[in-house]
Amino acid sequence: MGTRVLLVEDEANILEAISFILSRDGWEVHGHGNGATALDAVARLTPDVVVLDVMLPGRSGLDILRDLRNASETRNLPVLMLTAKGQAKDRDLALSLGANAYLTKPFSNAEMVETLRDVAHGVSLNGAGLPDQGS
Amino acid sequence: MLSFDGLVAVCVLYVAGLFWVAFLAEKRAAEGKARWLSSPLVYTLSLSIYTTAWTFYGAVGSAARSGLEFMTIYLGPTLVFIGWFWLLRKMVRIGRAQRITSIADMISSRYGKSGGLAAMVTILAVIGTTPYIALQLQSVTLSFSVFARPGALGAPDTESTAVWVAGGLALFTIVFGTRSLDVNERHPGLVSAIALESIVKLFALLAVGGFVVWGLADGPRDVLLRIEESPIATWTSNGARWVGLTVLSGAAILCLPRMFQVMVVENADERHLATASWAFPLYLLLMSIFVIPIAVVGLQMMPEGANPDLFMLTLPLAAGQDGLALFAFLGGFSAATSMVIIAALALSTMVSNHIIVPLWMRATKGENPMTGDMRRVALMARRLSIAGVLTLGLVYYRMSGGTEALASIGLIAFLGVAQVLPALLGGIFWRGATRAGAAAGIGLGFLIWGWVLLVPNAATAGLMQGVLENGPFGLTWLRPATPLGLDGADPLLTAMVLSLGVNSFAFVLVSLFTFPSPMERLMGAQFVNVYEHSRTPLAWKGSAGTADDLLIMAQRILGAGRAARLFRDAAAAQGREARLPEPTPDFLERLERELAGSVGAATANAMVGQITGGASVSVRDLLAVADETAQMMEYSSQLEAKSAELAQTAARLREANQKLTELSVQKDAFLSQISHELRTPMTSIRAFSEILMKSEDLDAEGRTRFSRIIHDESLRLTRLLDDLLDLAVLEDGRVTLNEGNTMLGDVLDRAVNATSALVGGTRLSILRTRADEEVPLWTDADRLAQVFINLISNAQKYCDAAEPELRIEVLRLPGRVEVEFADNGAGVAPRQQSLIFEKFARGDTAGEAPGAGLGLAISREIMGRLGGGLIYVPGQGGARFRVRLPGRALRAA
Repeated sequence: MGTRVLLVEDEANILEAISFILSRDGWEVHGHGNGATALDAVARLTPDVVVLDVMLPGRSGLDILRDLRNASETRNLPVLMLTAKGQAKDRDLALSLGANAYLTKPFSNAEMVETLRDVAHGVSLNGAGLPDQGS
Repeated sequence: MLSFDGLVAVCVLYVAGLFWVAFLAEKRAAEGKARWLSSPLVYTLSLSIYTTAWTFYGAVGSAARSGLEFMTIYLGPTLVFIGWFWLLRKMVRIGRAQRITSIADMISSRYGKSGGLAAMVTILAVIGTTPYIALQLQSVTLSFSVFARPGALGAPDTESTAVWVAGGLALFTIVFGTRSLDVNERHPGLVSAIALESIVKLFALLAVGGFVVWGLADGPRDVLLRIEESPIATWTSNGARWVGLTVLSGAAILCLPRMFQVMVVENADERHLATASWAFPLYLLLMSIFVIPIAVVGLQMMPEGANPDLFMLTLPLAAGQDGLALFAFLGGFSAATSMVIIAALALSTMVSNHIIVPLWMRATKGENPMTGDMRRVALMARRLSIAGVLTLGLVYYRMSGGTEALASIGLIAFLGVAQVLPALLGGIFWRGATRAGAAAGIGLGFLIWGWVLLVPNAATAGLMQGVLENGPFGLTWLRPATPLGLDGADPLLTAMVLSLGVNSFAFVLVSLFTFPSPMERLMGAQFVNVYEHSRTPLAWKGSAGTADDLLIMAQRILGAGRAARLFRDAAAAQGREARLPEPTPDFLERLERELAGSVGAATANAMVGQITGGASVSVRDLLAVADETAQMMEYSSQLEAKSAELAQTAARLREANQKLTELSVQKDAFLSQISHELRTPMTSIRAFSEILMKSEDLDAEGRTRFSRIIHDESLRLTRLLDDLLDLAVLEDGRVTLNEGNTMLGDVLDRAVNATSALVGGTRLSILRTRADEEVPLWTDADRLAQVFINLISNAQKYCDAAEPELRIEVLRLPGRVEVEFADNGAGVAPRQQSLIFEKFARGDTAGEAPGAGLGLAISREIMGRLGGGLIYVPGQGGARFRVRLPGRALRAA
């Protein structure tokens, strides 16, 4: 049984791609396409790690992150943020809200798996080692 | 009988005595010892210059000719001094408070220190006084001729006598009248000499009277009987003339320049007036008490045809009382000389202060008043004026020649100077009186007086005979003897009513219709409310003038010693160690007053104004200041406007800045959106292409599927870039339209075909009414089709009904045609309705739908370019868009 990961991503194609990569790498992958019900999915599935897109229909990924960090059960839940907004301030905002790592789309599959593995094993990257840093 | 030589000797001795008295008084006054000089008695006696030789000799003559009428000359002043004491007190108070130097100065000061008005009154005074001086010269000459016995100096030559007398009086006046330019214009020497002369003339008259009553007649009882028998008792007096003459003489004592000089200018203490208010009428009573007896006895005892004007001399002479005659002669001489001296003094003050010095200042304009020796100029002007006034009197005397012409001149002169009365009284009691009113009143009154009385009297019969008889240019209503056709019995009364009436009327009327200048208002308040303001207004505001300059100027005018003393005292009073005081407003005001005593209020004001460069108070300067103020206010209001403009600009800049900030935020958001829209398909492409690259074990189905996703996402990217470019072109307005003739139905067909080709397997059914679509258009069909395609594909994407359908309906409205696209879905949520036309705005339901959210923004831009419009119609049912077809497209088709 691999590490359970919850993907919250509204773009069906991206969700499919990440699911495919992680499944093949041995992760137990659950996908979810709606921001509004993301917290319910977290509560229901109790994932070990969450991959959270910022631009979600219904509810922003940042809002979801804030709620996760404010709830005692999920305060320390590892979260990897994904965003297509390539600006530094978006990344800073995500990290300040308590994201464990942050990836800017598009990313390489290997890098994504690598980062997610670090996040899941409790290594806080704090943005270090990101190839797109500063972009 | 005294010889002519002896008479001359007596005169010379008498005048020498007067010189001595005057000199002594000056000296005492300078030493500050002569307390008696400034006593109410001396003041009262000095007032008695009112009784001139004309009254001294002429009263008897008048009584002999016209009965009691002469009494009016005494009655008027008596009534004024007793009944109008409050008026005199106010005049004296004003005179002292404002340092008034003459009646002209009084009028000019009241009406805003007007130089023009001062000159006008001065000229009027000179014209009114000159015949009077001539009259005095005549009386002296006549009295000389009475003592006709020739002596070593030969027979008395009337003409040379007049010249000698005039010359002597000029010398005396110059010596004692222009010794110094005193601040308060007081002349203790002259006043004491005049007081002495008043005593001489009073006692001379009393002596002759006493001799007549008790020497020639047998006491008062006999005199009363003789009066009963004489024609004087039967004279009926004309009531109107009585009233008129009384008023006239009352006015004269207020307006005569010489009376103003002794009453106001020479007044040392206001309380003296209280004494004079009863003592002066008493003096007049004593002067008049023996007039009738002398006239009656003279008429009875002197031969037929004897000149009653000379009874004062001829009665004692006929009785062999040479000594008494000589005393009487000295009395007449005193009366004549004292009047001439004071009149010359008063006139010279006016002429030099209001005519010569202003002219000199104008001639040397631009030069600072301290560069010339102002003191020397002022003194010289005084002396020349004195000589000039006496010369004028002499010339008038010699030209008028006969006794008859001069007989009535006294009253005529009274009326002349009385023209000042309305302006004077109005100025003192009425704050609304204006300079224009005063000038109009005095000017008109003066003209009427001159034409009706003075011209006929002064003109030599030959020269103006025609004018006098027929009026100028044959205008008989202008004939001096009967002005306006008034053929009154009494030309004097006619002239008096006419001139003073017109004068007063014009004064009041013009005053009511003109506005006083600020300076006039200021001075008006000072005059009318003189008891509240015991001081002159603080006209000088601060000062830029240096005390040094002021001292130099003051030295020129006041003399070095007095100026230095004045400045030292002022400095001490300010508690300063220095020799010079601070030029405070108080000090400047005091200095101005000191100077005013020497050169007149208006001139002093102008000079101090020139030095200090402060707000001068002459009306012209005041106007200039007002102009300047107005300009400054204008400038300030311009500044204010500019400042408001700046504030507006700043506000606009702030607004623009805010807009820019907003735009910048929008731009950030836009870039962020574009970034998102580009990165999202690229993420899929990259992820799947990496999977394809690294996964050799992938089955064919998966390979195909991933390849298709990569392909679709690539198309999505391309569409997005196309839309962005399209929008940029549309927003820039650089789009070129391909307009042509087309049919609405054809365009709709194209759009429907395109969309059905676009999305395979659509379940959306499109309902149209083709008959309605026969609308010819002149437009860019491709662009219009693009809009329709966007609307149809939106319905395909977002209509959430189980059996989605889109109804396309053509609405023919008055003046326009609209095409409505209505689907049967849930429609756009109300809070989204205002946003759907924004870029990258996608409804909540757009989650799964492709597209970047630029479609409606582009469609609306296109319809704007085509001249039509695109709106969302909220309401029941599904999403409902309405395309308004361009009006010009319909008309052109």
